[in-house]
Amino acid sequence: MTTIETTHTTNGVIGQRLLRKEDPALLTGEARYTNDLQIPGALHLAVLRSPYAHAKILRVDLSRALEMPGVRAAYSGADLADLWAAPMPCAWPVTDDMKNPVHYPLATSTACYVGDGVACVLAETDAIARDALEAIEVDYEPLRAVVGLEDALSDEVVIHPDLGTNKSYTWNLLVEETEGAVEAAFASATYTVAERYVQQRLLPMAMETRAVAAVPQPFGGDITLYSSTQVPHILKVMTAITLGIPEHQVRVVAPAVGGGFGSKLNVYAEELLCVALSRKIGLPVRWNEERSENSMATIHGRGQIQNIELAADAEGKLTAVRVRLLADMGAYLQLVTPGIPILGAFLYAGVYHIPKAYDFSCTAAFTNLTPTDAYRGAGRPEATYAIERAMDALAREVGVDPLEIRRRNFIPTEAYPYEAFSGLTYDSGDHDLAATKAAEMIDYDGLRARQAEVNVPGSTKRLGIGVSTYFEMCGLAPSRVLASLNYGAGGWEAATVRVLPTNKVQVVTGTSPHGQGHETSWSMIVADKLGVDPADVHVLHSDTAISPLGLDTYGSRSLPVGGVAVAMACDKVIDKAKQIAAHQLEAAVEDLTFEDGSFSVQGSPDRALPLAAIAFAAFTAHNLPDGLEPNLEAQVSYDPPNFSWPFGTHMCAVEVDLETGKVDLITYVAVDDCGVQINPLIVDGQVHGGVVQGIAQALYEEAVYDVDGNLTTSTLAEYLVPAASDVPSIITGHTVTPSPTNQLGVKGVGEAGTIGAAPAVINAVVDALKEFGVTDVPMPASPLTVWNTLNNARANHSSGGTS
Amino acid sequence: MIPAAFDYARASSAEEAIALIGQYGDEAKFLAGGHSLLPLMKLRLAQPTVLVDIGRVPDLSYIREEGDQIAIGALTRHMDVETSPLLHQHVPLLAHAAGHVGDPQVRHRGTIGGSIAHADPASDLPATTLALGATYVAKGPNGTREIAAADFYHGFLTSALEADEMLVEIRVPKMNGAGWSFQKFNRRAQDWAIVGVAAWRRNGDAGVALVNMGSVPILATDVASAASSRIGSAIRRVTNWLDTSLAAAQADPQPDLNASADYRVHLAKVLTRRALEAASA
Repeated sequence: MTTIETTHTTNGVIGQRLLRKEDPALLTGEARYTNDLQIPGALHLAVLRSPYAHAKILRVDLSRALEMPGVRAAYSGADLADLWAAPMPCAWPVTDDMKNPVHYPLATSTACYVGDGVACVLAETDAIARDALEAIEVDYEPLRAVVGLEDALSDEVVIHPDLGTNKSYTWNLLVEETEGAVEAAFASATYTVAERYVQQRLLPMAMETRAVAAVPQPFGGDITLYSSTQVPHILKVMTAITLGIPEHQVRVVAPAVGGGFGSKLNVYAEELLCVALSRKIGLPVRWNEERSENSMATIHGRGQIQNIELAADAEGKLTAVRVRLLADMGAYLQLVTPGIPILGAFLYAGVYHIPKAYDFSCTAAFTNLTPTDAYRGAGRPEATYAIERAMDALAREVGVDPLEIRRRNFIPTEAYPYEAFSGLTYDSGDHDLAATKAAEMIDYDGLRARQAEVNVPGSTKRLGIGVSTYFEMCGLAPSRVLASLNYGAGGWEAATVRVLPTNKVQVVTGTSPHGQGHETSWSMIVADKLGVDPADVHVLHSDTAISPLGLDTYGSRSLPVGGVAVAMACDKVIDKAKQIAAHQLEAAVEDLTFEDGSFSVQGSPDRALPLAAIAFAAFTAHNLPDGLEPNLEAQVSYDPPNFSWPFGTHMCAVEVDLETGKVDLITYVAVDDCGVQINPLIVDGQVHGGVVQGIAQALYEEAVYDVDGNLTTSTLAEYLVPAASDVPSIITGHTVTPSPTNQLGVKGVGEAGTIGAAPAVINAVVDALKEFGVTDVPMPASPLTVWNTLNNARANHSSGGTS
Repeated sequence: MIPAAFDYARASSAEEAIALIGQYGDEAKFLAGGHSLLPLMKLRLAQPTVLVDIGRVPDLSYIREEGDQIAIGALTRHMDVETSPLLHQHVPLLAHAAGHVGDPQVRHRGTIGGSIAHADPASDLPATTLALGATYVAKGPNGTREIAAADFYHGFLTSALEADEMLVEIRVPKMNGAGWSFQKFNRRAQDWAIVGVAAWRRNGDAGVALVNMGSVPILATDVASAASSRIGSAIRRVTNWLDTSLAAAQADPQPDLNASADYRVHLAKVLTRRALEAASA
């Protein structure tokens, strides 16, 4: 692996805890979200959604709706069939024989989940449009709903009859040094564990629900699509393909976006409906999602049943890993639905050294539920949860402390860069260092001693301690690796750095921030590189007319790909400026040094030119070297050579009330290593939010369906997103192991907290209850679930049961 | 999240509000803080045709001492109940319970009268005022009448209030130094109680009421006689009552996402014991 040394900073900007320059506008309401846009003459779209999880659509009667004052049009799915040049896109056909049901923005013959659009209305106000939905009559013939994964695979009811089965695909990753290596490892293992875990469905719940506005130019033919999206560039391409509009006539803008967590990494029916209908009628069309609509019509996360088996030798060192995954696709394949479980396929060995004895297989099935897709971590939290829970199970088998079993298996620091069983190269890591730091910060030994003291008969509380260690595998991604996974796009990122005549800097980035603080971080990178004040750097993004090249923001890719592209563009700017400086200083280019924003001749520090002078000279072009183009601007498209591999250790302590089953998370320590930190304040923010989302999966959140496929947690009263008052103060610590694959030494951090948190919390809950024989508590570990688990364990214990 | 169409009328006095509600009939609703009604309307679970806004009716927001009672105007916000020095001195249980309603935003808008008139058995203040032996004052076209809290709650979201009556005041006896406890069991701080217990105990007297154990807040009717005896026996009395008389007291705990019926009964026992222990400490 080529190693790139981290470039040392010249002016100390990198590493400062600068406040985010985005925040004043966001916090004061000055920033404009999609639904804030004033668009004269826009009609409001409302979508009638199926109340059945599975039903034939026999008749759609729009007549009463059409009679209502203010209603301008209404359509059934069948009415719009000729608007679509192609079905809704799925960009990740993971196998050649993957089954992908054709589906369009509105269902025409069969509704396949509660929330599936079956008709729509255009009206003069949102309120009129919503009222008009109640006037549409639809005759349904309800069919039996397929809700569970096992039921889906039985094919008793086939959701998409033309596919002949509910199975979408089976994807295998079998890596063996010699044939039969996995079987042999299990046969000769001293210890084995076999665990089954359920990854409950989660609702991403971005605080800003989705919103769309399409503004056509009926005579010119151009169309502008405003959308609360993470992926304006991908959306532009997909809109052009799906609607048959020439791509150069489509402009996509993502205004201020209030969170996504993967749920806005998609191409949605309402985006295509707004564009298609605005072109059809020649007027702007807008749509704003309601909260309970968001619960059903925006993708869900997770939804997997995991079977993981570990084989280990007499010392508890891993000798093989076997995984069988069942993944819930929901009713249709959205943009990257099938790829989500596959993103985790490489991480079921965690941060541990294993020989080439790895057997992973994922079978994906359709259900009559909302489609799943990317949700913070996307496949990697699931994988990490499974291996980290299983490592605790192995620790119990071997009879050693959970931290000790991990230490015995960590990939040794000296092995980096480390070629893993899968053929992927992990860039850098020091797992023992992170674990040691976390253990010190939480006083692991002290907690264990206290645990022995307080967990005694007669007490109604039990203290539990949980550990998880993780890899993030982010910075998606080397385009060639994506090609090998059948992903329908590359993984590069583009950046333009433009020094204006007055030495202010414009950055155009292909990343599309929706809460991550790119404007601040990219400014800091540029300030560090060019020796300017971060306040003098302006970052442009999220508008395909301004930033035509880019692949957007997801998968913790923005900094290790997009941020590195910005740094590389700065290098190109410096190279060009150096030529101008050399020309004007009458020195050789190689004799110039650039420091603190000024070029000087080595050995003659008085012969110097500040970048400001070069910027103006590049603009006037009065005195440039022969053949050099005017203006100081450079553009880079950067394809990363590797994923980036952030890692860390999370530890927490819980107190379980044995009488009520309530879990109190009393302390949480997160030690994350994301390489060099551009802005530690932003890193802390990412970790805080990520950890809370992981805690949420462990203790609070679940998309609960009844047997008929109705979502029973569609409002924030039932879907328990924890608030600040429900989680402890999160103590963050960091180790810094620079990535050797990029000049900034950076790795991503957006998903790390979520990846580390859920297994740490559940391991702690199980640890608290170990004396009762409890080895698993399903997520979310609600008081009721813990109480039931305890009752079952006690019943088994008193009846002498050994299960 | 867009309610069905409705008309809106703002009353400038209690008399006008009552006249308006009489004029519009059954389909009209009073709007005070709106924190129970408006979410139901946005989900279209409630579709009143007229809202009579009493939010600006003067002189219905107060907390004052009246002999051995504290009188609280129906439009008094939860935040004012929570922070009232008078209540802290004389009815600390109520001030404390008000601090558990929703979150700070809810407590700055929601009113004690609205919460009680809404008669949600999962709300904190109906059960708390019931445990305290409060009296509610209703005003109708023919004047005012007093309704004992124990007679007020008729069923889920239904009360003794007539369609043209408005709750105007809550009268709570002073606690005279009684020990007390409010046990609210929930998953998130902002949520309704899965089960809650409001309890007070003073030599010779006690009150216990349960939140979210049926279609109405439940008063444990057999605790007063136990109160004079030792704490252990008081707890046994109440637990026996929970075992034997819960159903008779209209308790009909329902299963939901957070609790099975069995679990609710179990929680009620645990929390009642804890409440009585705390109230006796």
